Amino acid sequence: MSIHELEKIFQNKIDKEIKIEPKDWMPEAYRKTNIRQISQHAHSEIVGMLPEGNWISRAPSLKRKAILIAKVQDEAGHGLYLYSAAETLGSSREQMIDDLHSGKAKYSSIFNYPTLTWADMGAVGWLVDGAAILNQVMLCRTSYGPYARAMVRICKEESFHQRQGFESLLVLSKGTKEQRDMCQDAINRWWWPSLMMFGPKDSESTNSDQSIKWKIKRKTNDELRQQFVDMIAEQVKLLGMTLPDPHLKWNESRKHYDFGEINWDEFWNVVKGNGPCNKQRLEARVKAHEEGTWVREAALAYAVKKQSRTKAKVA
Amino acid sequence: MSQTINQTLQLADTCLILGQRNSEWCAHGPILEQDIAITNITLDLIGQARNFYQYAATLISKNENKNITEDTLAYLRTEREFKNFLICELPNGDWANTVLRQFFFSCFQLLLFEELEKNSDTQLAAIATKSLKEIKYHIKWSSEWVIRLGDGTEESNNRINNAVQQLWPYTGEFFMPADYEIISVSSLKEKWLQSIKDVFDEATLTIPQNIFMQSGGKDGVHTEHLGYVLSELQYLQRVYPGAEW
Repeated sequence: MSIHELEKIFQNKIDKEIKIEPKDWMPEAYRKTNIRQISQHAHSEIVGMLPEGNWISRAPSLKRKAILIAKVQDEAGHGLYLYSAAETLGSSREQMIDDLHSGKAKYSSIFNYPTLTWADMGAVGWLVDGAAILNQVMLCRTSYGPYARAMVRICKEESFHQRQGFESLLVLSKGTKEQRDMCQDAINRWWWPSLMMFGPKDSESTNSDQSIKWKIKRKTNDELRQQFVDMIAEQVKLLGMTLPDPHLKWNESRKHYDFGEINWDEFWNVVKGNGPCNKQRLEARVKAHEEGTWVREAALAYAVKKQSRTKAKVA
Repeated sequence: MSQTINQTLQLADTCLILGQRNSEWCAHGPILEQDIAITNITLDLIGQARNFYQYAATLISKNENKNITEDTLAYLRTEREFKNFLICELPNGDWANTVLRQFFFSCFQLLLFEELEKNSDTQLAAIATKSLKEIKYHIKWSSEWVIRLGDGTEESNNRINNAVQQLWPYTGEFFMPADYEIISVSSLKEKWLQSIKDVFDEATLTIPQNIFMQSGGKDGVHTEHLGYVLSELQYLQRVYPGAEW
């Protein structure tokens, strides 16, 4: 069969909403795009453990400590599912991790911002997980089967995290003046970076068109971003807090909130490595990996020994 | 009454401080699966600590007619009031040190909780029963690591041997009775040694002999490390007194 015919069958499946599975023929670019996107998503989960892990030792109550630890652990689990999903496309976990550590692979820029106060734990849950969910709900219907199925599990946990984050802010919003100030400050710092999570404007996004044709993505960056603004602009009222955007205003004719211009210089700077924590985040990952080398080697050496002993016994 | 309270606080403090230390691994583990595993153990320990603190809080509230919560006990007591074993508060060190500490502690906790389960205090007995399921997994996980590292590579064998030298002096405290303890801990020593020996044999490790044993944690006389652990743990409650979180 010619490539052209294979491509036709492939696109046909996509158009009919039939999932693409690991052993199916797929265009090389489809494979590459999925590996890039899924591994980037996995790396985001793993790097994302760092800013929240930053507050585990200082969580203000035993309940909050347990919730936070469980949440960070969930993220590790998400990373695992996603690395496994990417492996079905022929990329090894080692290779993906090497690419992260060398800077070749990206992760979500949002995790290059620091978590400065306890309120950031709530704001990250509410805004960052909230933004992530919109993207992930869409990905539950993505065309690559293993990715879509991993996303279904992840979405359940993520929406729980978002509610926990909101609830944590709700407690602060009803607390002392210091707590209310802490809450507003966290929202002020996390709002714009959260909007940037949806990526460049559609007019400037290089990967969007093909991804939509292949149903890897089903909504554009700007559509998802609008959906997020509409959702958060309502929820923030329940907290009695505000979003730091003087242009935020309900537009009756569009039936959407209008909002101000994102600082794209900041966005591109953080993507290029100049965010407040890019260096620290990557260093922390590399350090954990390097310090774990002897542990992984020992586990492997022991497994080999054990196997040869079992073989010797059988013989 | 005060005997039960002190005993309960000792159990709570021990689980909390070890959980606090283990939680430092979260997001920094040697491999993703093991990051998840140690974090599971951390969550179990914090859960156990909460059960004990909640019980102690009920007893103290009743006794002193005050409104004491689990957080009052975990966040507003000082260095000299904490009763945890010294071994729990020691810095994590490397992976060998961390898994070995967990192994020593979990083996002791198993024996202690099997006794506690038979105690006439039904609340303590119930917490022990619930925790035992978790502890058995902690032993399985940590003993497998001790064996793997002991019988793995030359480096891992060196590292776990170092960990044995570092930690052994802190194991004697398990079996030195404090006046408030309701279980005869000294009687658990032989069984504990046997369970360590079984795993050490497989791990090609030897049990150190004639080592001086450190103690004091049970009576609130700690290492210099505990003050720093509590500074971090209690920071927000100390900076914003009376706030709800």
